[in-house]
Amino acid sequence: MVQHPPLTAEAIETFLEQTLEAEFSFLRLDELIAAIHPLPRAQQDYLLDWVKRISTTNIEIAYQFAGRAVPLLDQLDQRVLETWALTAMDTYDRTGLRDALLVIRNVEQFVHTSEIRTSGTVFEDISGILFTFIRGLSGRKLKLEQADAPFTDSETLYLPTVIAWMETVEDNFRLAKAMVAFQWAQTRYGSFRVNLHDALADYPDQAHALNCFFALETLRLDACLARELPGLYRDMLALRQALGQTALPAGWDSFAHELASPDAGVSDTLSCLQSAYPHPAPTPVCYQGELRPDAVASTLAARLEREKMLLRVKLAELVDDLHPPRQGEEEKKPPVFSLKEPEEGNTPNIDQFEITLNDMPVVPPEDVRQLITSIKLDLGDIPPEYLTPAGDGEYDPKLYQDEERDPDAVWQGTYHEEGAHLYPEWDCGRKHYRKNWCVLREKDVRPGEPGYVAEVLARYGGLVKHLRKTFEAMRDENRVEKRQVQGDEVDIDALVEALADARDGSEMSDRLFTRMHRSERNIAVMFMVDMSGSTKGWINDAEREALVLLAEALEVLGDRYAIYGFSGITRKRCEIFRVKSFDEPYTPAVKARIAGIAPQEYTRMGVAIRHLSKLLIEVEARTKLLITLSDGKPDDYFDVYRGQYGIEDTRQALIEARRAGIHPFCITIDREAKAYLPHMYGAANYIEIDDVKKLPLKAADIYRKLTT
Amino acid sequence: MNARTLNPESNFIEREPYYEAVGSEISIFEAAYANRLPVLLKGPTGCGKTRFMEYMAWRLKRPLITVSCHDDLTASDLVGRYLVKGGETVWMDGPLARAVRAGAICYLDEIVEARKDTMVVIHPLADDRRALPMEKLGVIIEANADFCLAISYNPGYQSVLKDLKQSTRQRFVALEFDYPSASLEAKIVAAESGVDAALAERLVKFAQMTRNLKGSGLEEGASTRLLIHAGKLIAKGVPPVTACQCAIAQAITDDAEMLAAVQELSSSLF
Repeated sequence: MVQHPPLTAEAIETFLEQTLEAEFSFLRLDELIAAIHPLPRAQQDYLLDWVKRISTTNIEIAYQFAGRAVPLLDQLDQRVLETWALTAMDTYDRTGLRDALLVIRNVEQFVHTSEIRTSGTVFEDISGILFTFIRGLSGRKLKLEQADAPFTDSETLYLPTVIAWMETVEDNFRLAKAMVAFQWAQTRYGSFRVNLHDALADYPDQAHALNCFFALETLRLDACLARELPGLYRDMLALRQALGQTALPAGWDSFAHELASPDAGVSDTLSCLQSAYPHPAPTPVCYQGELRPDAVASTLAARLEREKMLLRVKLAELVDDLHPPRQGEEEKKPPVFSLKEPEEGNTPNIDQFEITLNDMPVVPPEDVRQLITSIKLDLGDIPPEYLTPAGDGEYDPKLYQDEERDPDAVWQGTYHEEGAHLYPEWDCGRKHYRKNWCVLREKDVRPGEPGYVAEVLARYGGLVKHLRKTFEAMRDENRVEKRQVQGDEVDIDALVEALADARDGSEMSDRLFTRMHRSERNIAVMFMVDMSGSTKGWINDAEREALVLLAEALEVLGDRYAIYGFSGITRKRCEIFRVKSFDEPYTPAVKARIAGIAPQEYTRMGVAIRHLSKLLIEVEARTKLLITLSDGKPDDYFDVYRGQYGIEDTRQALIEARRAGIHPFCITIDREAKAYLPHMYGAANYIEIDDVKKLPLKAADIYRKLTT
Repeated sequence: MNARTLNPESNFIEREPYYEAVGSEISIFEAAYANRLPVLLKGPTGCGKTRFMEYMAWRLKRPLITVSCHDDLTASDLVGRYLVKGGETVWMDGPLARAVRAGAICYLDEIVEARKDTMVVIHPLADDRRALPMEKLGVIIEANADFCLAISYNPGYQSVLKDLKQSTRQRFVALEFDYPSASLEAKIVAAESGVDAALAERLVKFAQMTRNLKGSGLEEGASTRLLIHAGKLIAKGVPPVTACQCAIAQAITDDAEMLAAVQELSSSLF
């Protein structure tokens, strides 16, 4: 390897002045240069490369990083150093410069946590498994998130970011699992069925009472877990043993015994509390976490209200489904729902019950079943007023359904993008993704003229006829191939001839079988249509006409296809317009939507590709195509997206798509496409149409060539 | 001992198969059979559809001819084909034709897997004509009075390609099967695998956990059949957690994270 000489002070100065825009930022570089100058060349290059990468995000962070990183170069592993820089940039994306600079300044703390991380278990690594684990346990569908301490508000289970009490990663994982299971047990075995605020009001030392209560409740839940999940309980005991948390203080054994009864409920815990209160509380066990009555109370109050109404609305819907109201019918007797527990032995499952409507058993839909389970968890039973179907207009179900919508997708942070999709974006300067960078929503296209499609078809009459014929010929149908060397049936005609030949003394043919020829077209194609402002006029017309002809051809062919438009303005408002989804047939409504495709705003392509690839991945097909109809480069409103950044992000999104087994292809009418499209799509995966008017004629033809 | 070779027509079920009725499926099947109506069994895999057919064949004392349908199954695989023997062509009946002649119960398992053109050959058999046209022979066989047609299908695979056509499904009396209730399922697992009642109950609990995961990463929860497999392994001395891993977790998913989570569930239970 060639040893490069170290950079001179002047070279470093020039580089930093450029990268950190010293002319405008007025940052003082002398000290920095003096610090970097004596380093070996490899470290100089490494450091300056990262300074440059960070500077594309923010110059101040890059400057601070450079200053602090020099003395750390020898002490720290490069991986740790890089994670530190990336964490700072992610923080900047999420909450701004102030917090990002804090990350840079608190490098010691960062190093400390990353040391813990090597033996500890990190939330991100285990949350997938633990989330599935709690979903498997019965009861309410709980969520899992990170917080400062382990606790639950009865809907979400919280774990700290890093758990490092134990010595090995395995044991720390076991501890995390015990923590979530213990939190689950609180929701499952009714720890929150009392109003703690009222129940503890009479005790002079509230904090002590709460500690004692939680310790007693832990004894009760331990016993529940020992019965329900003995394997887990063994692990929990082992953890306590390892941490020396096995012994109970004097006098507590009798409480443990009392609360271990299978019938013990939270009210028994409260009655034990009276005798336990004078004693000192035991040390909390490792998986116990915290009890936060306020968090529980507020979630619980909101949930009870919401679920009661939701259940009543859902039951009303159920009644409508089962007995649709008929015109002119007299008022029927009001529907009466009742709930029956199964007559089963010892421990009935919380989610096993039967519902009857006017004494006839009904099969509740999954959402009703879950609601009832959740209400039973809170109240132990379903009060009769919950089972009264809501009257007309009594509640607006929309109000409550929206709240029910999974807020997992909502990114907690400075932005409040309720219900939107969040996608990362590739930052070529940083050579890394920006997390949750783009906010994308699906919208409906406002339908256009209903007669538009028929009109286009009439205009292209001859071509449509020709298209239908060509595509019909491509359609695969099962057909029997005769006289084959191999096959699944004897070709009797061929055999008779062959036997005659044999008798005759001439040579026998070996082509004696018939074979069923099947080459199913198993193609799903996604059309991604540029709806940016620049398509206004001719291009938009051409796109719509091309789609009409394509749809016509694809209907003949039977390939599955979807059409989506994309546009948007800034990363926070990326929009995908539904024209036709894969499941939707080619209805008049779809035709009207094709007619309604209209120019909107800008072209942030990467996020659109990521979203549509996701939709395409969910479709089952042997070949998946993503065809973009576009008129130009990726672009966005006053944003770095215009230029190199946008091209690199789009390229990255396409690489991701390809990795997922999708074949991207681009049809463009940009005459300058050669400058950037080969870089994005690859040399053979795009086609440039020089005349807009030819797009409709060519699109179907291109599709035919692509798929044969 | 050599394996027994049986003609399909003489495949009478001699010993009563173990079957626990969940609802009124037995009487409905008998009523359909008495009226010469074909039967469609719907339900997830491994919930006892095939066992139910064996049980009904035993009860009705008819031979049972089962055809497991696959995507290469052609109409002639069911109806029959010409073979060549010593320079002559010889006709050979397929299983469906044999069942029609002998008055057996013909059970087409997982019918949607078969090719679309295969399905139409059963249409004339499945309505009041009760006849099987043998196109290649140029004859029509009228079904023996004892003949019965039953098909099964799992509506859980939500794929447009694997849906039963209306013209096919609207000829059948449909019986819906699902996993039995927890106590009944435990009873079945205990009876079939030989584990004790407490362990069978745990296995069922484990199955319910995996069924809770249906839709959050699993296509289908553990079936009763898998529980019986696990139970049999345990009865032979395999530790429960290992048995659940081999007989259940690995059978329902390949996804590493899902496997790990299911493993955590089973290790928590046993």
